[in-house]
Amino acid sequence: MLAIVRPDGWDLPLLVHVAGAMLLVGALVVVAAVMAGALRRGEDAAVLARLAYRSLLLGVLPAYLLMRAGAEWVLSEEAVGDPTWVGIGYMTSDVGLLLILIATGLAWRTQRRGVGGPARAVVVLTGVLLVAYAVAIWAMTTKPD
Amino acid sequence: MSLYEWLLFGHLLAAFALVAGLVAYGALLLGGGEPARRVLGPPALALWNAGGIGVLAFGIALALEVDSYELWDGWILAAIVLWLVGSGAGGRLARGVREGAPNGAQLLLAVMALATLALLVDMVFKPGA
Repeated sequence: MLAIVRPDGWDLPLLVHVAGAMLLVGALVVVAAVMAGALRRGEDAAVLARLAYRSLLLGVLPAYLLMRAGAEWVLSEEAVGDPTWVGIGYMTSDVGLLLILIATGLAWRTQRRGVGGPARAVVVLTGVLLVAYAVAIWAMTTKPD
Repeated sequence: MSLYEWLLFGHLLAAFALVAGLVAYGALLLGGGEPARRVLGPPALALWNAGGIGVLAFGIALALEVDSYELWDGWILAAIVLWLVGSGAGGRLARGVREGAPNGAQLLLAVMALATLALLVDMVFKPGA
């Protein structure tokens, strides 16, 4: 029920795009929950910080690539022009990648040097990313303009 | 925003929550032992359950709202069957995780993942629609 009318040629690229986006959001939720848990649980902090870093490296980044590759594939199938919803998608995607890379670096530092300010920053960054992606989902769904 | 757009947005948000719950269960089972179970168990359960209920409720509302869809369309019936399969496996996995010793957890996770992937394929390709 993703859309009533769209060209059949979009189906496979759209599947790749949506699956990547869903895995991206899911992995971000895991990072946020695990790093917040690391901040609360002193005795398990090292294990949880390592899991958060691995989730960013092996979950978030590959899912981002899948989402972005699917998006470019969809756009290559048909010229959709430059409507607002595509602009919102590109903006959240590009800025999102920057924030993901910063969060990955901070998580790497946290799992090497212990939980502290960088771990809090990872939680905040993943929260910001989740809000931004909720806006992107709204834009992709309602297609303003 | 039209009613259709609201319903579709809710349907998609619920689907994202469902997959987030699935990914959280995956990280819980494959990644971190007891600390991960304690931290990820509650959000995994909440996201999987809320996402599952939302996907079904918004999906049925969409089928009723859109003139060209009927609840008895093959691809919609297939989606409901897949939802039941995923929910059944998810319920058993949640009970096992809560009790601390899930039997066959990875098999249940695989069933949930395959059912969810098949649901997504069904929703995108809409065979027979």
